[in-house]
Amino acid sequence: MASEKLFGASIKRREDPRLITGKGTFVDDVRIPGTTFAAFVRSPHAHAKIARIDATAAKKLKGVVAVYTGKDLVDGGVKPIPVGWLIPGIKIPARNPLAVDRARYMGEAVAVVIADSPYTARDAAELVEVDYQPQPVVADAAKAVQPGAPAVHDEAKDNVSFKWQIGDKAATDKAFAGAAKVVKQSFRNHRLIPNAIEPRSALASANPGTGDITLWLTTQNPHVHRLIMSAFVLGLPEHKLRVISPDVGGGFGSKIFVYPEECVVTWASKALSRPVKRTAERRESFLTDAHGRDHYSDAEMALSADGKILGLRVKTIANMGAYLSLFAPCIPTYLYGTLLAGAYTTPAIHCDVTAVFTNTTPVDAYRGAGRPEAVYLLERMVDLAAQELGMDPIALRRKNFIPKEKFPYQTPVALVYDSGNYEGALDKALESFDYRAFRKEQEQARKQGKYLGVGFSTYVEACGLAPSQVAGALGAQAGLYESATVRVHPTGKVTVFTGSHSHGQGHETTFAQVAADELQVPIEDVEIVHGDTGQVPFGMGSYGSRSGPVGTAALYMGAQKIKDKAKKIAAHLLEAADADVVYEGGKFSVKGSPGRSKTWGDVTLMAYLAHNMPKGLEPGLEAISFFDPGNFVFPFGTHVCVVEVARDTGQVKVLRYLAVDDLGRVINPMIVDGMVHGGIAQGLSQALWEHAEYDENGQLITGSFMNYAMPHADDLPNFQVGRTETPSPVNPLGIKGAGETGTIASTAAVANAVMDAIAPFGIRHVDMPLTPDRLWEALRGR
Amino acid sequence: MSSITINVNGVAETREVEPRVLLVHFLRDVLSLTGTHVGCDTSQCGACTVLLDGAAVKSCSLFAVQVEGRSVTTIEGLASNGKLHPVQQAFWDQHGLQCGFCTPGMILSACELLARNPSPNETQIRAGLEGNLCRCTGYNNIVKAVQQAAKAR
Repeated sequence: MASEKLFGASIKRREDPRLITGKGTFVDDVRIPGTTFAAFVRSPHAHAKIARIDATAAKKLKGVVAVYTGKDLVDGGVKPIPVGWLIPGIKIPARNPLAVDRARYMGEAVAVVIADSPYTARDAAELVEVDYQPQPVVADAAKAVQPGAPAVHDEAKDNVSFKWQIGDKAATDKAFAGAAKVVKQSFRNHRLIPNAIEPRSALASANPGTGDITLWLTTQNPHVHRLIMSAFVLGLPEHKLRVISPDVGGGFGSKIFVYPEECVVTWASKALSRPVKRTAERRESFLTDAHGRDHYSDAEMALSADGKILGLRVKTIANMGAYLSLFAPCIPTYLYGTLLAGAYTTPAIHCDVTAVFTNTTPVDAYRGAGRPEAVYLLERMVDLAAQELGMDPIALRRKNFIPKEKFPYQTPVALVYDSGNYEGALDKALESFDYRAFRKEQEQARKQGKYLGVGFSTYVEACGLAPSQVAGALGAQAGLYESATVRVHPTGKVTVFTGSHSHGQGHETTFAQVAADELQVPIEDVEIVHGDTGQVPFGMGSYGSRSGPVGTAALYMGAQKIKDKAKKIAAHLLEAADADVVYEGGKFSVKGSPGRSKTWGDVTLMAYLAHNMPKGLEPGLEAISFFDPGNFVFPFGTHVCVVEVARDTGQVKVLRYLAVDDLGRVINPMIVDGMVHGGIAQGLSQALWEHAEYDENGQLITGSFMNYAMPHADDLPNFQVGRTETPSPVNPLGIKGAGETGTIASTAAVANAVMDAIAPFGIRHVDMPLTPDRLWEALRGR
Repeated sequence: MSSITINVNGVAETREVEPRVLLVHFLRDVLSLTGTHVGCDTSQCGACTVLLDGAAVKSCSLFAVQVEGRSVTTIEGLASNGKLHPVQQAFWDQHGLQCGFCTPGMILSACELLARNPSPNETQIRAGLEGNLCRCTGYNNIVKAVQQAAKAR
């Protein structure tokens, strides 16, 4: 019965057979008889007073069931969507699911039409007349903090939601005062749109008989949605709302947050006693899914003459959009400023952040969330410092790396790194990339008018979001543990209920690998259930690369409880002392008497027959564990990018991309490689193409796949990925988290490569995205 | 309303539809073939790709009435007698999918690509799939899957 060791095996995914045959169940695939369909009326203006809404014509259309405005919802008891992370002094203007008297970004919902078909709902939405009175607009964060800028909210006339800082300012000032070299640069980390290919969707079905409501929802964290929607927005009893997130088509952060649409749909289903469904059109996704990034930063790095980093000073303006999205306040703060030490021994760091309202879509976590912004800034600064000191960028990195014997390592920006070997990852990357040969090739190529460049990103990131106590002290209004329930059935088959959520990560495979190993049962006997508050007791969901380091650790702990109880039952049946029973190869046997044994099935059956149980032991074989780790985990690595920039057109061609990541121990290398590939694609694409752009009137001018540059297959190179393995001491499986490293590391590697390529023209820095027109403009006349 | 007959996965389906109903909605909402997905509204993402008389088309940019009398293959019709199509098998073997939402369209585009060019090189595979967006995989393993499927044919 014993399974082979599955941890570390690239077994094929168990979820794939349904997904490759069209038998997946995504939210929009769920069908309930009698369903009505919602279509939202959205503000075409970035900022406008809503003087009047006239739904007379819409209501007359055949098939229309109801039209609701913001006022109707307020009258119906619907409260604003809360913010789940608080910073001292923060201003949190009310965000009603439907705007009540003012719309503050293009696309903000002001009314909803519910009809018997989606086509009719859309027809009727067009008939809703809204009398908008346009107001002055500010879309750019740097402009929003200028005196006299239009105020997005009356309660924040200066458009500042909060100010935040980290690090020792006096020590940093002192480091700069004594420095031989100070390197300065301003950076724009531009706005991105997540664009999971499955648009957000919600189907709420109220049961008027029981008062229960079931909500099928595209969410990365169904329990978080249930808690916030029931307790804060809709005033429903938490236990009467069930949130199911079946197959979810990508998230990248954008499906963490509670959005207006699911609140409206759920409320309307209750009000109408009918199922109500809404699936976003892509244009709505562009306008309403939480965006990512959008920083302006001024950075200064102090160095000794021989290249030792002495201090780093960063001032950042972060664009929060028109309202604070659920976890937005922690992104440009605790997931950004704390990462500015990177892989280096920089002794003094100070970071100052101003979070600003603008008339744009709210900004929140997008893959990496704060960490890509920090890594980009730091790794660009390291390259600029090397350039200014006339040092090799690798030599400067090596000189400043935290040595592997210094872990756990306390940085000057609050974090304590768990484990690391930064030189090891760099060395491994350089085994596959002949740096000296490249520099020679580069020199030769330049003579022929061909401009090659190499960029490095020797990043560190913090993920596996936890521990709860620390998060709470820093402002989180939630715990950051994870739960797993392990249910062993009488026949020995196993169902695991995890609070982690898979929206592409392959939990049905990786979690089953861990469970099968720990319980020593065939993987075919293990079922993984996630994404249903009706089945899973509780969970915080998946984001911040936490399923591996937190979610599977909870499962591991639960499995130990199962084994402990099973051993007690086996010991009783074998008439042996508990301590003398060993469980190996799917058999319980007595130490020293290998002939005396009971199988897994003998014991699981007895747990439910309960005919012959140890005295005082309850029947059944089920355990729940909540794992709350003592720290984040800290993946790291070296990414290398080689590009060619066309002198005459500014076109960038990525010739090679190599990543060596250290993600601790890896459950399924094939799945982890896949996540790294996808992450690199997103980060690379930020460096070169993707850009969410607003005009001065707050109109999103990149509002569809026609003008927002998503990477296609023919835009990208083949990515070469490798690993080193430094286990994390933070969780029992030694896992570091793998979901975001690609995105966090790659943007800087690509940007550094492009800048290296055009360095001969005396160009120091060009802000991303490094599109042909920007590079052509920079190269023109040089 | 118009009466139309479309052969879908080998079965003649006759239905009354509004002339404005898109083929993808006909498949999903009228025939309950929900394997064909909708990922955009500008015919860029390719999630809704189906085969129309063997050619890959975006079913969001055709009206159902336009394909009257023709044959449509959706992802549900690709496997035969319980055996996966070589392209499906290759996507599974090579980990060519993560969330799986773009996958049906991607697989059908790959089928058409291989029908046109049975042994494409990597550049041709990438060019052949440029009408389908995937946000999860970075396309690395999708390319590998198409290479495997090409060898299997």
